[in-house]
Amino acid sequence: MSAAASLQVLLEAGQPVAGHRPWPRIVVTTELWHAVIEGLAGGGWTLLGLWGEPGMVHLAAHEAASGFIGVASLPCPDGCFPSVGRLHPPAQRLERALADLVGLQPIDAPDARPWLDHGRWPVRHPLGAASAPAEATSPYPFLSAEGESLHQIPVGPVHAGIIEPGHFRFTANGEAVVRLEERLGYVHKGIEALLAGAPLERAARLVGRVSGDSTVAYALAFARAVEAATETAIPARAHGLRALMAELERLANHCGDIGAICNDAAFALMLAQCAVLREQVLRASAACFGHRLLMDSIVPGGVATDLPADGVHLLRALVAEIRRQFPPLVELYDNTASLQNRTASTGFVRPDLIRQFGCGGTIGRAGGRDFDARRQPGYPPYEQLKFEIPARTDSDVNARIWLRIGEVEQSLALIEQLLEQLPMGPVCVEVRQPGQPCEGVALVEGFRGDILVWLRLAADGTVARCHPRDPSWFQWPLLEAAIENNIVADFPLCNKSFNGSYSGHDL
Amino acid sequence: MRKLLLQNLWRSPLTIAAPAPSAAALAELGVKVDQAARRRLGRSLAIREVDAGSCNGCELEIHALNNAYYDLERFGLRFVASPRHADVLLVTGPVTANMREALERTYAATPDPKWVVAVGDCGRDGGVFAGSYACVGGVSAVIPVDVHIPGCPPTPMQLLEGLLALLQVQRW
Repeated sequence: MSAAASLQVLLEAGQPVAGHRPWPRIVVTTELWHAVIEGLAGGGWTLLGLWGEPGMVHLAAHEAASGFIGVASLPCPDGCFPSVGRLHPPAQRLERALADLVGLQPIDAPDARPWLDHGRWPVRHPLGAASAPAEATSPYPFLSAEGESLHQIPVGPVHAGIIEPGHFRFTANGEAVVRLEERLGYVHKGIEALLAGAPLERAARLVGRVSGDSTVAYALAFARAVEAATETAIPARAHGLRALMAELERLANHCGDIGAICNDAAFALMLAQCAVLREQVLRASAACFGHRLLMDSIVPGGVATDLPADGVHLLRALVAEIRRQFPPLVELYDNTASLQNRTASTGFVRPDLIRQFGCGGTIGRAGGRDFDARRQPGYPPYEQLKFEIPARTDSDVNARIWLRIGEVEQSLALIEQLLEQLPMGPVCVEVRQPGQPCEGVALVEGFRGDILVWLRLAADGTVARCHPRDPSWFQWPLLEAAIENNIVADFPLCNKSFNGSYSGHDL
Repeated sequence: MRKLLLQNLWRSPLTIAAPAPSAAALAELGVKVDQAARRRLGRSLAIREVDAGSCNGCELEIHALNNAYYDLERFGLRFVASPRHADVLLVTGPVTANMREALERTYAATPDPKWVVAVGDCGRDGGVFAGSYACVGGVSAVIPVDVHIPGCPPTPMQLLEGLLALLQVQRW
């Protein structure tokens, strides 16, 4: 296999699966599987997801040069598959999770430790041939760091703030962090198992709760995957309202994050002001669509609620209000040297790591990777809207704050355009009954980055298998790199500037 | 910065009027809180939030309690960083199997007298995640719960009503 071959050409050698939409899924041989891994490791394409089901492992990849997205599926009759993580580190945690959940073993994997399975479940391999758990579980072996005068600081799973649980093991030399190792999985809720066999309505509610802060983006990705699988076309107004909700979610979260990052540098004024903006967005969302976080507002087939009569007016007033209140806050950030002293050059992430991990969202775009799923692969109605994708290359906490500031401005402009161009008509249609098993996949840009949802529907329209992949999978590992050589006291700043999802990652 | 601070001084506050305590929460509490505990704690409560498996939706709304609109601290309620400083554990999520021990240990680390408030539909009975191999159920499946505040997620107003019920009971 030549390394120069494109992903699409490479996959043409495999067996395409009928009824997988909109991008192809190809059953590959072991030889092809290796070629796909080599392409990932060589930087030819980016890993979008890696998941499994009994007897089969799936890998989704994206080729930036051509925009091609494909899923490679390798049958694993022996219960094992050649490790992707061996050559391509971004796959390691996905592979460990897959081994825990499905029981398929990656051959020659560099890290054989469990990831989501903490030895507390009543079953082993819940998505595979479920069996009784092992009798005794050994303590989780953390990676070692050796050297003179090093000390360890264990943090979590219960943290000091109002945040999600996870464990961080710091090894420090005085104040400087030598190594950070994350241990996640504490909020694993078994969502994939709950999804198997669920009717569409229940499945949409579940996927909408994979990560509460991204409920719109998850519901949108799920709905788009269902609509792709069943070839359901939705009304133009539904597309417009979905984008409106997605931008409201982005706006609310970015406002909250900008304040929260500054607060972790003890600049509470910014948090107080930004929290007011966030609250105004949530109130407008509730007034327009009936839920502050917009949960269950997007459903397969369209949206659950239309904008009320005064909705356009309400949202225009919101945009005007934020346009009035936000610039002085940006100026405040820009003019407060003591605050920037904390954020500039802190938590630098190497752009080559960002590219390798396919790290999306503000972290990726602040570090030279200008990927945004609204542009590529793109989805309606964004092709009709004018917007810029802010990008930087300085890749530190400061850059990630400015990225969010830029995206707040873009979201405001998008909301205005959407209100201007909102088509009239119905907002929801019935999802077509598939009649036979079918598969769908979707990639959607949430406020945190690109969310992948893959699913297979049974002939009766229920979900046979669904795998949602959070952007955090490719962001959490980079936090370990970002904190290196920073002081322990800057960890909250770095962590908040990433704002990875625990729940979305743990599933 | 000075300009912003001055403007905020002159402007009328955003803070909304306090809601009435939730009747349902009051009824639930009435039978559980003993007189001695009320005397010792006065009308100020330190709250430790514990995410025991939530989707983080509840956390977002609990965060909102601290914003200028709801201003939780005016009621003498404040969030603390350690269970050892807390009177109240505010617990969210279906309790996952992986978080069970951490929740039990947090409860054990909280000095008596203490209250547990289970937040959200998941905190009540596991919500949409009930029945999963990875969830043990609502908060009361692991530690005793004094008040439930339902909702998915509960709005900051609903959270305020539930928490104010705690203070109300103390005043009897």
